[in-house]
Parts: sequence; structure tokens; C-alpha cells
Amino acid sequence: MDTVLDAKIPEGPLADKWDNHRFSMKLVNPANKRKYRVIVVGTGLAGASAAATMGELGYHVDVFTYHDSPRRAHSIAAQGGINAAKNYQGDGDSIFRLFYDTIKGGDYRSREANVYRLAQVSNEIIDQAAAQGVPFAREYGGTLDNRSFGGAQVSRTFYARGQTGQQLLIGAYSALMRQVAAGSVTMHTRSEMLEVVKKDGRAVGIVTRDLATGEVEAHSAHAVVLATGGYSNVYYLSTNAMYCNATAAWRAHREGAYFANPSYTQIHPTCIPSSDEFQSKLTLMSESLRNDGRIWVPKNPDENRPAGDIPAEDRDYFLERKYPAFGNLVPRDVASRNAKTVVDEGRGVGDLKNGVYLDFSDSIDRLGADTIEERYGNLFEMYERITDENPYKEPMRIFPAPHYTMGGLWVDYNLQTTVPGLFAIGEANFSDHGANRLGASALMQGLADGYFVLPYTIGDYLADWLNTEPVGTDDESFSAALGAVSDRTEMWLSKNGTRTVDWFHRELGKIVWDHCGMERSAEGLEKALSEIPALREEFYADVRVPGSGDTINSSLEKAGRVADFFELAELMCRDALDRNESCGGHFRVESQTEEGEALRDDENYTHVSAYEWGDSGPTLHKEELEFENVTLTQRSYK
Amino acid sequence: MEAQTPTARRHWLVEFYGSTVGKKWVMAITGVILMGFVVFHMIGNLKVFVPPVDGELEINLYGEWLRSVLFPALPHYVFLWILRLGLIVATVLHVEAMISLTRRNAAAKPQGYTKQEFQAASYASRTMRLTGPLVLAFVIFHLADLTWGIAPFNPDFIHGDVANNLTASLTRAGWVFFYAVANIALGYHLWHGLWSMFQSLGLNNPRYNAARRLFAQAVTVIVVGGNLLILAGVFFGFAPGI
Amino acid sequence: MKVTLRIWRQPGPEADGGFEEHDVDGINEEMSFLEMMDILNDRLVEGGGEPIEFESDCREGICGTCNLVIDGVPHGPQLGTATCQLHMRKFSDGARITVEPWRAAGFPMIKDLIVDRTHLDDIVAAGGYISVNTGSAPDANLMPVAKSVADTAFDAAACIGCGACVAACPNGAAHLFTAAKVAHLNLLPQGQPERYRRVEAMVEEMDQWFGSCTNHGECETACPQSISIDFIAMMNRDYVKSKFKNRRLLSQTN
Repeated sequence: MDTVLDAKIPEGPLADKWDNHRFSMKLVNPANKRKYRVIVVGTGLAGASAAATMGELGYHVDVFTYHDSPRRAHSIAAQGGINAAKNYQGDGDSIFRLFYDTIKGGDYRSREANVYRLAQVSNEIIDQAAAQGVPFAREYGGTLDNRSFGGAQVSRTFYARGQTGQQLLIGAYSALMRQVAAGSVTMHTRSEMLEVVKKDGRAVGIVTRDLATGEVEAHSAHAVVLATGGYSNVYYLSTNAMYCNATAAWRAHREGAYFANPSYTQIHPTCIPSSDEFQSKLTLMSESLRNDGRIWVPKNPDENRPAGDIPAEDRDYFLERKYPAFGNLVPRDVASRNAKTVVDEGRGVGDLKNGVYLDFSDSIDRLGADTIEERYGNLFEMYERITDENPYKEPMRIFPAPHYTMGGLWVDYNLQTTVPGLFAIGEANFSDHGANRLGASALMQGLADGYFVLPYTIGDYLADWLNTEPVGTDDESFSAALGAVSDRTEMWLSKNGTRTVDWFHRELGKIVWDHCGMERSAEGLEKALSEIPALREEFYADVRVPGSGDTINSSLEKAGRVADFFELAELMCRDALDRNESCGGHFRVESQTEEGEALRDDENYTHVSAYEWGDSGPTLHKEELEFENVTLTQRSYK
Repeated sequence: MEAQTPTARRHWLVEFYGSTVGKKWVMAITGVILMGFVVFHMIGNLKVFVPPVDGELEINLYGEWLRSVLFPALPHYVFLWILRLGLIVATVLHVEAMISLTRRNAAAKPQGYTKQEFQAASYASRTMRLTGPLVLAFVIFHLADLTWGIAPFNPDFIHGDVANNLTASLTRAGWVFFYAVANIALGYHLWHGLWSMFQSLGLNNPRYNAARRLFAQAVTVIVVGGNLLILAGVFFGFAPGI
Repeated sequence: MKVTLRIWRQPGPEADGGFEEHDVDGINEEMSFLEMMDILNDRLVEGGGEPIEFESDCREGICGTCNLVIDGVPHGPQLGTATCQLHMRKFSDGARITVEPWRAAGFPMIKDLIVDRTHLDDIVAAGGYISVNTGSAPDANLMPVAKSVADTAFDAAACIGCGACVAACPNGAAHLFTAAKVAHLNLLPQGQPERYRRVEAMVEEMDQWFGSCTNHGECETACPQSISIDFIAMMNRDYVKSKFKNRRLLSQTN
């Protein structure tokens, strides 16, 4: 450990920090804003909202997405909802309660000041989204409806049927397109960022590859914002979209941005189990299903009766049995781990014995099929479309799947990485969720960063560069980066081995899932750390990348992404090995209570682990976490 | 499809008619006018089934009345020509909009699918561009036959004697067959057009949406049924009014 | 099971394209259609060829990236379903399946089964938004929205922007897409100040690239979200109204 990381948390009482900070930050006056160019990479909730807001403020923004349209970013797939401390239901919610729940849910591994700010701006997000025309669910009186979600004891989740993510993204995307029409934002679609360009230690631009024409392009700006999402696809099978990758974040990491808490990944308990080995991705079913569904497996591993014929005495409602107070509504990590345990015991259900039942028959008897349809109709339809099984008649089969990564680029209170001028927002950073994210908090954080935090904190950095031109793309820093990208492209295209990129990705995913998934052990992690480099060597030796570089070439695109996943996977395992405690989504078998629950080690691990890239291996830096407003307790959902 | 150069704001009517929505609106409005014509035309001609009163054939009286509406305030034929002009303008606009939209659509869909499976489009909707010109050609033929009485079409034509002219024309089997075919084409055109016009005009309300289809089908059946009945009445000689 | 794919290949925008046939065996009916395509691509690459390029991202039917015309129907034979949610159990063993790209002048070809749908974004940029700068919004509950209105606006907003409506339309028209976008915002009270400007701008932008609506209804059945053509009628009405409207009197209801 070399340095102590300075998170630049403002002085003052928790509730005043953000206000004080906004006052003390340097400002850029409106007439000067148009002299600045800012690059935003990614157009999900965080990227689109940040680019739109900065465009409105008057900055000139270049925004990049590898999709054909900014509206396709994976934020769109979020189903459940978005939290806010509005207390519209009058059930005792408050900013402090949302803050407290988020800190506790994150198992005391996040920064108090950031989380409190998140809870503060959560209310403005709802106002903004409603004004943009996001069609949130309404009561008959016309006011906004809320539901309780993910184990929260208040109803603070705003939702738009089962597609809150898409509706919020359309809101941010439409704001973004408005700025495109106004000329303040320039849109670059089908452009994948492959390098961050630095000069004199600060970020001055990026290098992209046009996926349709293969053209490698340099773009310069006063600051670069990465809003490039998480890295769950390191597991190959996850609920993330096919294109989701860690390349932008990883390239930034290699240029000096520290990567924080890579081992904090979230495994979502309610996904549809895979049906064969060619499964390309897993589909998530909203967590809200656990409000009315009961989770069980047969007591007998050799059970072969259909679910409906198994009498109650032969069923094991294992969550209700072990956690009488919270039952089926325990947090995601607890639900996931318990499902894995019963499947490992051979009591899984389905042809491949790789799932557990989520049964609605009791709720249908109690509330009627109509009520269940009103609440979950679209999810039931989706389930039936995928599995050809009718969940009104037979229980759903679910199993946990990688879903979200709390780790990410380390950022300070201003969302700036350790590279000056390089910012990271949304899932790409590590900032707000600690070791576990609560349901309906991802959308909140993405939009908080994009609408209400970054557009202001970036001004503090930009103010120092008034009346300077961005570094020209003819500068040698750019030509070096351009050369590096072209060289890598050439290198991949010369690979004429025998296996596809996907084959290696699948194999890598299996290693990471087995040893750095829901349960991690020193032994397993050591094993992974020897297997990953071996597989990587094979990857470079035996991968096959056909085609050319001047047109769409999916193998070429994937090769670069998988290469970065290899390096990231290793860092994840290193971090998991180093953190010899269990916290949130990170469960070390060596650190558990007698009942098998996660056991934190606050004395030794109340810190953020941030890694610095080095050619000979990463260097660990720590940011100590200080809790002045909450008391650390062991989570208990009994 | 090449982008049509975005221009500065033009006169609002030019912009309106320049848009696909405006053109379809014009097609719908002119369609309503033309529908009104075919309905009244059919009703008027049903007079062939009214027995003569005092030896006067009602169909001839009707023809005379058409020529003298609003007489003596207006001279003979004036009001009739106002109506005719209205119909001509409606037809011209209907056809013009059709031609320019067809051109745009062909440019917007230069290549179809090698294996095309229609899911919703009805036979009537897909043949509008065939039944339309067919009906127009028939109308011109019909005018030559029974309004202008041009010799090759109707050698026994006597100006003003509607009953005589009808009998002269519609006792020829080939003629009647062609008239019947044209009416069936008209039926297909109305079947889709009379429903489609509600969409183009933006008349849509869940409370009466089902009635829009019903309306289109009822008008089609009545118009085509009425016309075919007239044809049959004249050809088979069971119409007492001529 | 085994299927035979008759699939469109085209190396680039200007290059000549044509059909290629591939037998794909050893697949099971639990697979999605795109997983079957993945397997075909794996085999093509391992056999020294180039994969067939197609797009798909979320594979949950929500991002709108996937776009294949399967046996003449955009998104394939299962109605109300995006390509990525189509499973092989919908096909019989030994089936011969024709796969083509979206075809419309508004969607220029890029490669194989990939087309450029940027013009849909252009329509949104023309007016598919409510102008409200970040931070200027009033409290969300200050503007009540009738539940039925919010629900209808949602039905329109469910559009995933895949372009199947354009692909299905014999006229290459984008009326259903545009109408869904217009209706989503024009129905809500928040959308009223820009209601008429919006519909004019979006329709006129749409007309730059796409054909006209002749009310076939193909779009509605092709739509993976089953968005109703009722919204097209709403758009038509708003457009016509807009042209005849005295905007200075907008605040007077009707």
C-alpha cells in the first residue's frame, strides 16, 4: 500500500456537505461554457443524462455509443423501478432513511457523503423524469404510485409497469436528442472507445473505432466522462446485454485510473435458469416477483413428481424456514446464496436441476389470478415466451445470475478518477453501493450522477482550463494512441487459430463463475488465478479472428473486449482473495457465522480497495471508510 | 429514398399538402365527397323500380329535376355544373394525391422481401391502386355511355330520355357484365377506403371504432348491392320504372 | 432438430447481396432463434469462414436492437415478440427458414443483416421530447395525470424503436413509430405546450425519409409491443388540427 486515497469529501455536517460543496466549487460562467468541449462515452441513463444536461448548460459535448442508437444502452432493460425519498406514501420515509438503508444494504462498504448526496438528489430525479413525460404508474387521483421493493420497509419505488428502465432512458434520450437538434451535442453512433488519451497526466481525449467503417478516429476535449456501465459479462452468462463490456473502463484503468472493489459483484436471485450450454445470456425476472411468490425446492433430491403433485410436507420453503422475519424478501445476496446451496445439494428443479421454484399458487388462491396478472402480467408473459411454461399453472423456475457490478473505476466526491480530467459515472464507477446494491437503486444512481452531480462537479475542474484550446489531435499523445489501436486491430486480424472468441469467453466465464461468483474461497481463487493466465495464453495463441478491419466485424470487436475481460477477471480474483471477509455480494467461505451467514471484518476491511495498473501487476491503494452517522451492525434478516 | 431538401417555412397549405398526412387527409375528404356521389347516384337510379305515375317515368322526372335544381333562381344546369365541378375537383385531387403518394411509397420501399407474408393487410387494401384506376376508367366509359351518349358506346342515345338510354345500354350482356365487374371493383375500393378514411381523418375512439368497419361494410354492400340490382332490373326486365 | 437457413448476405452497402444456404443441425428447441444463429456463426468461423453479421443486444425484447425478417415477417412468426425472444420450438424439425434484413429506403444497408436506423433518431430529435432543462422541474405530484391517460401514454411509450413497423409496411412508412412517439408526449399534460409544434416537426421529418400510411395495418401486427394503429389516427388528427390552429389561442381549451 502506497498512498492513502483522498476522496475530497467536503467538510461539514452530512446533510450540508453537498450544499457547501456546490457553493465552494469554481463556476464557469454561461458565456464561457461554450468554449469547452467535453466527451461523454456511453448513452445509458448516466451518459445520456450527463450529456443532455451539459448540453443544456452550454458546453459542447461529443457523445459516443457503440450502438446504432443511443436509446439501446442496457439501462433500458431495468424492470423494477427507481427509488426516491419523496415520502409520497407518508410511511415515514426520509432522505436519511434512504441513505441509511443504502449504507446498510451495501454492508457498510460505501462512502457516507456520496450516499447521502444520492439520497438528497433522488427526489429531483423523479421531478425531472415526470416533467419529461416518463409515464410512471399513477393512482386514480393522478398522483404517483409507489411500491415497496427489494426488502425496503417503506414504499419508495417509482415504476412504469415492468419497464421503468426503458421509460427513464427514453426520457434521458429524448433530452439528449433535443440537444443534438440544438447543436450543443454531437452524436457519434457505432463508435467504440478503445483508448483514453493523456497528456501531462490528464485526460485530453479518446480514440474510437467506427464499427461500420473500421475507421480509427481521435477526438479531443477538455474532459472525458466515462459512462460505460458494468462488467458482469466477465462471467459470460449474465443478465447484461450481449455487447456490454469493460473495455472503456479497463483502457482507462491501464492509463492510470484506479479500479476499485472489482470483487463486488451482484448475483441477482430471480433469473431464468439456462436451458443448455449454448445459452447466450440469462434473463432477469423482476425482483418484485418475490413479493407474491414463494420460493421452494423438494425436500428429496430424487423427487420426480411435477411441482403441483408434491404435497406441502415434501416441500422445503428454505428462505421462510431460515429467515422467518424477512422470508422470501431477504436481500439479493442472501436469497442467491441460499438458492445455490440447495441446488448444490442436488435438490434443484427442472430438467437440468439448476433452479428453484418461485410459486404463485398461494397468491393466486388468495388474491385471484386477475390481481396477479395486473401486477406481473408482462413478466409472466415473458417467462412463458422463453420457457413455454405457464407460471399461472406451474411454478416458475429461477436461479441466480450475475447482474450488476458494484465495483468500478475509483472516483472521488466529484466523480473524478485518479486521472485528472477523467470522470466516471453510473455503474462504471464504484461509488455508492458499497458491497451490495439495493433493488431500484441503480437507475437512481445513474441519473443522480448524470443529471445532478457530474454536470456541476465537472465545472470545478474545467474552470482551471478557461481559454485553453483542447490538445490537438495531431499531438503526439494522440498519434501514439491511434497507433496502439491500429496495432491491436492488426494483431487480432492476424490471429488464425482454431477457436472462436466466444469459446474463450465462455471458458473464462466458467472459471470466474465457479471461483469468484456467489461463493469465494482462498483455494478456489488461487486456482482461478492460475487458470486464467493459462487460458489467456491459449486465447492469444489459438483464437481465430476472420474478416477485415474496414467493415463490421463482430469477431474483431469481441476479441478486444474479451482480452480486457481476461485482465479484469484476474484483478477481480486478486481483490476477492485479498478481502478475507464476507460483505454484501462478496462471500468468502472462510468468513461466515456459525449459521452460514456473511461475516464482516470491520477492523481490517473497512476500506475501499483501489488498484493501480502496473505491467508487473497491480498495486493496492486503500481509502479508509469513516462512518460518523451510522453504527456498523451485522446484518440480520432472521 | 433521397431526403427532400428541407426548405424554409412555406405557406401552411403548401406544407400541409406536402406532407403524407396532409395528402391522406385530402384523399379522405375527397373520398367522402365521392362516396356521397355514389350513394346518391345509386339512390337516384333506384327510381327504375318505381312504377310510372300518370304515364310519367320517375327516372326521367328525376333527371329533369337534376338539370333544374334551384331554377328559376339559377338558370338550368348551373347548380348541376357546380356539383359536377365539385366532383371533378375531388376526383382530380384524389388521383393527384394517389399518384404522388404512390411515387413516394415506391421510393421508400425499393425492394420487398423474397418471401412476403402479409399478416394484416387485406386483399382490398392491397388492391386499392388497381381498383381505383379501374373505377375511374369505368366512370369515363359510363359517362360516354349514358351522359354524353357518344355513338360507338350508345348508338340509341336520346338526350333527356334516361329510361330509354338505360334500356338501350343495359340490355347488352357484355355491357352489363362490364358494369357488374366495375361495381365489384368499386366495392373493394369502398370496403377499404371507407374504413381507411376514418384513420386518415384521425377519427378514432374506442367507443365507435368497431362501428367504423361496420359503416364501411354497410355502405359498400348497399351501394354495390343497389347498383347490381339496377343492372339486373334493367337487363332482366323486372324494373317497372322504365 | 435441424433447420435449413436461406439467409441474406451482403458484404457492404454498395456490394451486391444474395442468399446463402446453411444447414444447422444439432440444435434443440429450447434455444432462441438467435442462439441458433450464434451456433451457425461459431461453426462458420471454426470452418474458416466469416460469421453472418446481425445485431442483437439485450436478448430480452426491450432494447430493440435485433431485426430480422424471418419467413417474410419482421421478427418472425410469433406475433408481439421481438426476434430475440423467438424460440426454435416455433419451427418444425427440418424447416427451411428464409432470413432477410429490414428493407426500406429509410434504413440503408450496412452489412449482411444489419441496416442503419438512424433516421428514427432524427424523427425524435425533430421534436420527440418535452423541453425541460435539468433542475427546472416542479414537484412531480404538482401535475396530476389521470390514470387512464398515463396508461395510454405508456402504451405508446412502450415502443422499443426496432423499426419493425417500417420493415413490415409495404410503403416503407414510419407512421406507427412516429405516432407512438407523438402520442406518448401529446397525451400527457406535460406535453401540451409543445403539442402542435411537436407533431408538425416530427411528421415533416418523418416525411423526409419514409413512405406514407395507407392503413394496411401490417405495422401493428409486426410490432413486438403490439402498439395500436389508433395512435396513427391520433397523430393524423393532431397534425391536421395543428395546421388549422390559431396558436395564439392555444391556452383556450378547444
